[in-house]
Order: sequence, then C-alpha cells, then structure tokens
Amino acid sequence: MSTAAHSQHNYIKIFVILTVLTVIEVAVTFLGLSKMTLAAILVILAVWKAALVALHFMHLKMEKKTLTIIALVPFALCVFLILMLLPDIYPH
Amino acid sequence: MSEAVAAHGGHGHVQPAEKPLTPESWGKLGMWLFLAGDAMSFGALIVGYGILRYASKSWPVPSEVLGINLTAMMTFLLIVSSVTMVLALAAIQDGNKAKFKKFMGFTILGGAIFLGLQAYEWTHLFTDILPKYNLTFSKDLFATTFFILTGFHGMHVTGGVIYNICVLMAVNRGRYQAKHVEIAGLYWHFVDLVWILIFTFVYLL
Repeated sequence: MSTAAHSQHNYIKIFVILTVLTVIEVAVTFLGLSKMTLAAILVILAVWKAALVALHFMHLKMEKKTLTIIALVPFALCVFLILMLLPDIYPH
Repeated sequence: MSEAVAAHGGHGHVQPAEKPLTPESWGKLGMWLFLAGDAMSFGALIVGYGILRYASKSWPVPSEVLGINLTAMMTFLLIVSSVTMVLALAAIQDGNKAKFKKFMGFTILGGAIFLGLQAYEWTHLFTDILPKYNLTFSKDLFATTFFILTGFHGMHVTGGVIYNICVLMAVNRGRYQAKHVEIAGLYWHFVDLVWILIFTFVYLL
C-alpha cells in the first residue's frame, strides 16, 4: 500500500458516509412510511452500508475478483434458502 | 517450494500453475473462506428469523419493544471501531508501531464497550421489558430469535476482542506483522458488517 496517506483519507470519508447512512436509517423509521416502503428503504441502506464495509475496509475493491465471488456465495445461498422455504409459508 | 523444485528434477524457477488469490499471505485467503462459511451460519439464522416472523400471526413491533436509541449508538460504536481498525492497519503498514498500538487499543476498547452495552441491554430486556410485554425467552419466537441472533453475534464480538488483544500482544513482541493485522481486521470488519444487517432486520424493520 504505497498510497497510505490517500487511503487513510478514504477511510475517514467512508466512516462519514456510514455514519450519515445510520442516521438516515434511524430517521426514516420516524417518518410514518408504509411498511413496504420503509422495508425497501431500510434494506437498500443496509446493503449499501455492508457493501461499503466489504469494499473499502475489507479491501475487496483492491483484491482479485474471485475473492468477491467467494464473498458473494453465502448471499446466493440465502436467496436459495428463502426460495426453498417460501412454499412452507406461502398460504399466509 | 523446495519440494516442487525437487519434483521437477531441480531445474529451479518452477512457475506455480496458478497465481494465488491473495499473494500477500495464505492466511488471508483462509480467513476469507472462514468468513464465507461464517456468513452462511449468520445467513441461515437471519433467513430463519425472517421466515418465522413472516409466518407468525402476530409479531411485536421491534422498535417499540426493544428501543433503537441504544442500539443505534452500538451500531455507531462498531463502525467507529472498524475505522480505528483500518487506521491501526494503515499505521503498522507505515511502520508506525506507537500509532498502531493506540488505534488497536481503541478498537479493543470499542468492542469491549459494545459488549458492556449489550450485557446492559439484555439485562434490561430480561428484567423489565419482556415481562411487560408478556414475552418469554423460551416460548415466544420474537424473544428466542432475538436472543439467538444477537447472542451469536455477541459471541463473535467476544471472540474478536480476544483475537485483537492477542494480535496486539504478538505485534508488541515482534511476532506479528502488518499482514497478520490485516487478517484480524477482516474478521473484525465482518463482525461490524453482520451487525449492520442485524440492526436493520432485527431492530428497525
């Protein structure tokens, strides 16, 4: 990491974004939005924050692409798990 | 490498068939594989929680029962400790051991305070909140899923704090270098990442 000074600056920027997104998350719960709208906004914000942590703090952005694919496998399995379980609860 | 050279008749300069995914250290690849497996455990628990909640006839509103002010603070705390972790890594990569110790100390402190707040929250829930809403840990899915998810995560934080203390001591003794700190950082950021998801799915939604 030859550009240490630059990356440190970047870390602080990511920290500020993460903090702002957390404040927005808490704030939107007080807006009295409909359940579905609120859920959609919160999930997008959570995935956004998680991606920022993985890409910048865990350096996935700088790593080989294969490592990102390894990191995404659990998410693919979660989607699969949801699809497999949906028939059990669908009548609800 | 010497075995590979020997196997090829000792001509030297044997090129590996593939370049490693993480040229810096195999430990880094090992940690990523462990985290992918760990993410599957968390993923199964979170999906299980979601399915049970969706299938339930009634479910308390989490933000009313649990309260989100303290947890928002805890989320912020973990994000801060993640930042101090990357700053500690940047410091040791620059060869600045004193700065590394300072930021690593902050990271450990952040994790310890998080655990303290979680212990406070759990005590408060057990003694005041659950009886008030007529909920029982072992009988209501709301309480069971909550304690299993946050408990599983809390154990990861506990492990992370111990891990970070070990790394700090090993660097102190000169046994660990920047690459070891980076691997410990991966684990710590993962714990932060999972909490971000738990905060949304368990507390806010």
